[in-house]
Amino acid sequence: MSIAVENVAYAAGKTIVVDGVTLAVEQGKVLGLLGPNGSGKSSLLRLICRLRRVDSGIIRLAEQDIAAIPRANLARRVAFVEQQATTDTQLTVRDVVQLGRTPHRGLLSPWGVDDDLAVEDALARVDMAHRADQFWHTLSGGERQRVHIARALAQTPSELLLDEPTNHLDIQHQLEILSLVTRLGVTSIIALHDLNLAAMFCDSLAVLQNGKVVAAGAPQEVLTEHLIARVFGVRAHIERSAVHGRYNIQYAMG
Amino acid sequence: MRAAVSRQHRWWALVALTVVAVVLLAIMISLAVAIGEIAIPLSTTARAVSNRIFGTSFELNRIHQGIVWDYRLSRALVAASAGASLALCGVVLQAMLRNPLAEPYVLGISAGASTGAVCVMILGLGYGALTLSGGAFIGAIVAFLLVGVLAAGAGRSSERIILCGVAGSQLFNALTSYIVTTSANAEQARGVLFWLLGSMSGVRWSDVYLSVPVAIAGYLACLFHARALDAFAFGTDAAAALGIAVRRVQVVLFGITALMTAAVVSMVGSIGFVGLVIPHAARFIVGPSHHRLLPATALGGAIFMVFADIVSRIIIPQQILPIGVVTALFGAPAFAIILFRARRSV
Repeated sequence: MSIAVENVAYAAGKTIVVDGVTLAVEQGKVLGLLGPNGSGKSSLLRLICRLRRVDSGIIRLAEQDIAAIPRANLARRVAFVEQQATTDTQLTVRDVVQLGRTPHRGLLSPWGVDDDLAVEDALARVDMAHRADQFWHTLSGGERQRVHIARALAQTPSELLLDEPTNHLDIQHQLEILSLVTRLGVTSIIALHDLNLAAMFCDSLAVLQNGKVVAAGAPQEVLTEHLIARVFGVRAHIERSAVHGRYNIQYAMG
Repeated sequence: MRAAVSRQHRWWALVALTVVAVVLLAIMISLAVAIGEIAIPLSTTARAVSNRIFGTSFELNRIHQGIVWDYRLSRALVAASAGASLALCGVVLQAMLRNPLAEPYVLGISAGASTGAVCVMILGLGYGALTLSGGAFIGAIVAFLLVGVLAAGAGRSSERIILCGVAGSQLFNALTSYIVTTSANAEQARGVLFWLLGSMSGVRWSDVYLSVPVAIAGYLACLFHARALDAFAFGTDAAAALGIAVRRVQVVLFGITALMTAAVVSMVGSIGFVGLVIPHAARFIVGPSHHRLLPATALGGAIFMVFADIVSRIIIPQQILPIGVVTALFGAPAFAIILFRARRSV
């Protein structure tokens, strides 16, 4: 297993946010994390990259407990794309993507050819190379998201965690970003709201509700009309798409 | 490839800029030594310095020798190092707190130092064991801890920390005013006022031996953390996700800024605006990367402070203006100009 979460619990103050979650992602696979607002998706991602410490349970990266991995080593492996992280500093797109090289550079090692290549490659992958010298604060929400993903790619991670990466994106870029991430061959966990996108792009899905995993497995096993009604409180009709062969969910009114 | 070439260009521009800044600082210090009620030619200055440092024996007027060495050079060196320290504190606090308004003055550290000094000067706290500077130093540290505790209790968002700083400043200023109005005689009140506005008079070589090492050590410590400071651009979580040991870096850098500010205020009183204006001006010239920004800020702060000291001595004949008045009079309009230009370039 590339990422294994075992019986993890986490409370913010007295509120239990993550409550005994167990899940696993195989090397190179993409796990979609679904669930309503406040179900613990963001917190779980933060626990996996150790921005928060688990109260109980263990999170392993390639069989190693992340609590025992030095922070810089962890950052060379795991990249995290937050929701809506922004800055007042006058940074260019390239400056932001270059931040991704931070964990790879020693105290005295100068910026190298490897660093340049990683940055250029990351910029090209999210289609922002031609805007590299533009200032961050002039970008639209969707463009900022793509730059954050480029920053994460410049980290050359073996595990990638994305917290609702398609928020703010137009439909073309939603599809592009998700197909980009799923083609990287990097083990990924993506928190998503759009069930159809999750069904299209993820190898497996886990559904969170009140901090607990209520369903996990292949998309066709997880996404049932019953589950969608139970977790999201919405009536849905599910059928296999004639276009891409994956599951397609249509919501019923009322 | 193109990135590499343009980086080489920028490298040379940077070297040129550094040389210009260092030369400018040297000229500024020479002027600070030459200008004053008794004008002393630069050649005399050079000889006086060489007499003391290289043991040469140029024939010089004893009074000139004394003014250059014991009075003006020490004063210029303290001004330069204090300016560098305050500007560095500003740039570090702005990066760590992600707030362009952060600086020692705004966060109440200077106000705490003043209260500490007043406690010693007027209430006689410490029974003679504590000097004025010692009191200021303790006051600055207490203020820093208080603002830190307040901020931790109020949630660590960057606006809240500034608000805690404002609350802390108000509290310490009120304490200072209370002590001055209830206990001070007229002469003491005048002395306190000078302290509150910053003052370079009374600076001696013993101050140089503290203030220059503090500035250099602080600068090196900040430079050591330049990459971490860059990584704070998107907040503490983003920095941690990039492998920065956030808690450790925060403790170290906040500690360094507290010590640097305390040392500076204990020598020359509380001088505002240097920590606010200089980092913004430096960012405008060399950009946001801290590897370039820290040296630019330190040099800029040093040049600005020596310049302010010269102005404070010559702007009114026969009288020395508190240096804090000068930094504010030049700093505030400069700050406004920076803001407007930054807005236009967007």
